[in-house]
Amino acid sequence: MKAVCWMGKEDVRVLNVPDPKILNERDAIIKITRTAICGSDLHLYNGYIPSMMQGDILGHEFMGEVVETGKGVSNLKQGDKVVVPFTIACGNCFFCQHEMYSVCDNSNPKPEGQETAYGFAGSGLFGFSHLMGGFAGGQAEYARVPFADVGPIKVPDSIEDEKVLFLSDIFPTGFMAAENCNIQEGDTVAIWGAGPVGQFATKSAFMLGAEKVILIDHYQDRLDFAKANNENVETINFDDTEVHDKLKDLTGGRGPDSCIDAVGLESHGTTPDAILDRVKAAVFLATDRPHALRQAIFCVRKGGTVSIPGAYGGFMDKFPIGAAFNKGLTFKMGQTHMQAYMPKLLAAVEEGKIDPSFVISHRLDLSEAPTAYDSFNNLKNDWRKVVLKP
Amino acid sequence: MKQNQEKSITDILTNMNTNVSPTERVVSATAGGALLAYGIKRGDTFGILLSIVGGGLALRGATGHCQVYDAMDIDKGEAPTNKRLANKKSATYQNGLLSGKVHVKKSLTINKSQAELYAFWRNFENLPKFMAHLESVKTTDGNKSHWVAKAPMGTTVEWDAEITSEQENERIGWKSLEGADIPNSGVVEFKPTTNRGTEVKVTLTYEAPGGALGAMFAKLFGEEPSQQVYGDLYRFKSLMESGEVISVEGQSSGREPQAKKAAA
Repeated sequence: MKAVCWMGKEDVRVLNVPDPKILNERDAIIKITRTAICGSDLHLYNGYIPSMMQGDILGHEFMGEVVETGKGVSNLKQGDKVVVPFTIACGNCFFCQHEMYSVCDNSNPKPEGQETAYGFAGSGLFGFSHLMGGFAGGQAEYARVPFADVGPIKVPDSIEDEKVLFLSDIFPTGFMAAENCNIQEGDTVAIWGAGPVGQFATKSAFMLGAEKVILIDHYQDRLDFAKANNENVETINFDDTEVHDKLKDLTGGRGPDSCIDAVGLESHGTTPDAILDRVKAAVFLATDRPHALRQAIFCVRKGGTVSIPGAYGGFMDKFPIGAAFNKGLTFKMGQTHMQAYMPKLLAAVEEGKIDPSFVISHRLDLSEAPTAYDSFNNLKNDWRKVVLKP
Repeated sequence: MKQNQEKSITDILTNMNTNVSPTERVVSATAGGALLAYGIKRGDTFGILLSIVGGGLALRGATGHCQVYDAMDIDKGEAPTNKRLANKKSATYQNGLLSGKVHVKKSLTINKSQAELYAFWRNFENLPKFMAHLESVKTTDGNKSHWVAKAPMGTTVEWDAEITSEQENERIGWKSLEGADIPNSGVVEFKPTTNRGTEVKVTLTYEAPGGALGAMFAKLFGEEPSQQVYGDLYRFKSLMESGEVISVEGQSSGREPQAKKAAA
């Protein structure tokens, strides 16, 4: 089959690789009908995530048709149309039973790496480095899906692929980010990063009752896109506006009730802290560049919440713990507990409350993946969300 | 003071007192290695400077000892690490390099009842399903069993064992009989919790082939006994909780010899 393989920093290639096989009884093989490139794939593309190996198959946002099931899978059959969550979870451990699927105990076959780096290991993830289990991803013609009786969600044949594809990651991720803000009547939510997760966090914040959302980025097209797609969205372009002052302005001096960092470890920025981060990352003295996160902590109102859906991997410098402590902030973060959100968000799509395909900007053939990665990485204004068709 | 500054490289290498925390060691070693490699690749004056700094960082990470911290009287080595190191050292020296006993203790909490876990373990023929180095265990009579384990270079080692103590649902102890290639004994204990499943504790003792020196060599090749036992316990947990031990062995990748550029 054809698969998008990571061959090194800024080097992905479409290679002919062997078709996947059932390796465990609870596996299924999916023939992929649609797959997408995630902003977090760019962290891999740019070489920020350790433990990638040349030849790893990328991709964690995919859906398709069941073609084979292992002996342990009784709820799926050949021909079922399914969307696959990017977190792999067993459904049996303490964490799964408490709906914390992304920290499943039994889905990472190589827990030692994360145990060394983080103390304990989280769940396995598709196509996201050997630290996350080393699972082959879904930017391919077929994929092997472990714990297929727990992960993939069946969707009606009648529904278009593009309307449900993003149940695989970014819609639940944006939704959990908003839910983590514990939104109350009259709340204003500020969101850093107007990429696809920021766009879904915006929609989700409104679904959960936010009065106003303020989106912060420096890609004007992405900010304009959010404005065009939502009422009551304010935007701040940090290239020409001082963010903290503007946020106070827009909230009568109170500051936003909660702040979402939908940027993650490659935060851009032109302030001294952001420039120092770049230098330190370049000489390997730090791994993560948390400019947006620092700003969110600084800007959020007293007693507010900082919610982090953006991915982080290692260490950060100058964490403003004084601001966080003295303002009495709450922090919520983590990989999305996908399986907990997919059924209700599928229902929202079916009821017509949201059409997640609004976020798509480009549709390409799987074989064009190298161009897609390069453009998505370098032309962020235009290339908002890429869907690949195998 | 001057003497202090003139420590030889041998002194530095043999000074194993850690004063750098484990996390910092990992970062230091990784960053140092990268800088060293980059510096060498550059090859110019700046590159040489970089590789000197990188080498220093890498050495600091590898040995866990920072000369700068030393000079500043800083000790960030974590107490448990030092204690473990101290224990290992005393084991090596007390028992002699060629006749060391290896003693490993590991615990994990498993989301299953005490009775289920006990019953599965009590049937020793189940052990090779999660103990990676066992090839087979056959029960020969109620309390006795014959064990076959994989050894380096495709060989095997065998021994007979018997159950030495047993409390239903709580504890099983076993010990190899006279004449075992690797004399060994073990205890597994199952302790219920309020609502978190069962705490399982495994204690193993064995005469490492080649003694402590053998264990040290094994460690160099990634076969550290405590890691092995932990891996076995982790597989036991996965098998009991999820019914299988998830694997990525044999999955597709662009590394396979047959992988080639797709005709676009």
